[in-house]
Amino acid sequence: MSAITYIEAIRQAMWEEMEQDERVFLIGQDIGIYGGAFRATAGMLDRFGPERVIDSPISESAMIGTAIGAAMMGMRPVVEMQFIDFIACGFNQIYNFAGPNHYRWGQSVPLVVRGPSGGGVRSSNFHSQNPESIFQHGPGLKIVAPGTAVDARGLLKAAIRDPNPVLYFEHKFLYRRIKEVLPEGEAVGRLGEARVMRPGDRITLVGYGATTWTCMEVAEELAKEGVEAEVIDLRTLVPYDEETVLASVKKTGRALVVYEAQLTLGFGAEVAARLADAAFPWLDAPIRRVAYPDRPVPYARVLENALLPDKGKALAAARELLRF
Amino acid sequence: MAKPSRNWGPLHPAAAEETAERLAKTDLPRERQLEIYRFLRLNRMTEDRLSNLYRQGKVVGGLYSSRGQEAISVGSACALEPQDIVGPLIRNLGTMFVRGVQPREVMMQYMARADGPTGGKDVNTHFGDMKRGLVAPISMLGALIPVMAGVALAGRMQKKDLVALTYIGDGGTSTGDFHEGLNFAAVLNVPFVLIAEHNGYAYSTPIAKQMRVKNIVTRAAAYGIPGEMVDGNDVLAVYEATKRAIDRARSGAGPTLIEAKTFRMRGHAEHDDAGYVPPELFEEWKKKDPIDRFERHLLANGLATEEDLKKIVTEIDEELNREVDAALASPMPPAERAFEGVYCEVGAE
Repeated sequence: MSAITYIEAIRQAMWEEMEQDERVFLIGQDIGIYGGAFRATAGMLDRFGPERVIDSPISESAMIGTAIGAAMMGMRPVVEMQFIDFIACGFNQIYNFAGPNHYRWGQSVPLVVRGPSGGGVRSSNFHSQNPESIFQHGPGLKIVAPGTAVDARGLLKAAIRDPNPVLYFEHKFLYRRIKEVLPEGEAVGRLGEARVMRPGDRITLVGYGATTWTCMEVAEELAKEGVEAEVIDLRTLVPYDEETVLASVKKTGRALVVYEAQLTLGFGAEVAARLADAAFPWLDAPIRRVAYPDRPVPYARVLENALLPDKGKALAAARELLRF
Repeated sequence: MAKPSRNWGPLHPAAAEETAERLAKTDLPRERQLEIYRFLRLNRMTEDRLSNLYRQGKVVGGLYSSRGQEAISVGSACALEPQDIVGPLIRNLGTMFVRGVQPREVMMQYMARADGPTGGKDVNTHFGDMKRGLVAPISMLGALIPVMAGVALAGRMQKKDLVALTYIGDGGTSTGDFHEGLNFAAVLNVPFVLIAEHNGYAYSTPIAKQMRVKNIVTRAAAYGIPGEMVDGNDVLAVYEATKRAIDRARSGAGPTLIEAKTFRMRGHAEHDDAGYVPPELFEEWKKKDPIDRFERHLLANGLATEEDLKKIVTEIDEELNREVDAALASPMPPAERAFEGVYCEVGAE
């Protein structure tokens, strides 16, 4: 089998689920005749028809609300946000309708809302956001952020099959930059499980989405100095796999959390808070976070690069922790 | 401000001949019209009972009355087929009764009992049951419109020949979701009906501060769908208009916007004395009370006698006595339940 890109893996996941489950359908802007702004749905209109690949008016709230209604009827809608930034326009439907629905009256909402998040592509503040932590606050939601092509496919399949509303934050920087050979067969992933990407014993580096690779780059650099870092790809943010991260930090005694969302209350803040409590007896250094400063995303390359939590910043922070 | 009546309201036998109420023409048989009468009374009497319980501190939180608007809930719901799905709002208790919700469930729900429809998890009409074709609302107005459009879409995909119906108040038509949802339903041509209850006030905001148009129904043209305005206090007119819209939707002709003109005869909720409403409006609309009008119609057209109607009312009264007592005697939920039920377990959907 040849290697495919992260975005192609996402497309494949949707295609395979549409083939084998007629309840699955797609709503989004420009996903039909155009095949999606990022080509995530290329060819799907021809294969599955306009009733299952729906080109929507510009109404994120209506797209998501309609999908909620269809999901309660037993369908399995997948809603595309052309850029995840626009999920803000459908906030109420996600946070107040989909999320609490099962808790309130016992009715499941098997909905997936997916789209490209993240920056590093010089697209400024409304095409580069990482808003996942705004939703991690919402009870009843599940939040996934795959970092590899294998997981992009496996976890999207799992998300579509999950009876709960799942927000699927893809990272657009990874769309065509990573290519992997996918496993044979259905290879449905499992939500709620982090993965140790690289074993180590001196320091734990935690990332998700694009920062999974930032952590891997830091680990490679440290390895040249004889320091083996353990890299964890969170993969699912909610429900959070605290056990895997805790087991690692108990072993290494040091934790650096790298995330592209804004520092304050970005998902890494929750990771750090829980470790500060549960890992306290094993810590040899404070838990540190390298994240995006609390700023909107600027346009100019020099400005954006100043803010992105890149390999240089993460490596410097890791070295500081190793000095404790 | 008139105190809510502790009785179910006077019957008007003497007035029957002189002011024979001409309601909309209908082919509904006598039995069905008596059922409609029962649902109207059940709606009003249940809410009166809830109001009393609120005063006694046995019902807490928001208590929203649909007094004066019962014909809209009951008339519209009676036009639904068994496979249709409806999304009631807080002032559509009558709709829920027509769909088979029992007074016992309502009492248990309003008193947050463990064995009520949401087991203490949510308030007033915020409960549903897809098996009975009922979708629960959220408090954010308008949100249910795209959701019910989605129900209609799914019904079409599943070839279920169903129509989705929901409601919105005059205030709710100002929300973005009203626009997005109705436009979406229209563009996708789904089998969907929206009833806008023009009751004059959104909490304390009168219609003149809510919109510049006089009639909500004019907005139908903006979405390219038919609109119909109806006397919301004529239960037969509401029934007939809803039936037309539902039939149209079922035939594949898409959504309809119905505007039902009525008046909110109480405050926004039980705590609100509606002092901002000119008293003459209450006097004017009391004369158009939908239940009084329907009674006069039944009596004048020989569809019922006073005894028939008194019997129905007495039976409801006794039923409510039993169900209130049963609910009061039933347990509150255990505290541990607060932590449960956030997610649907895989396989349990």
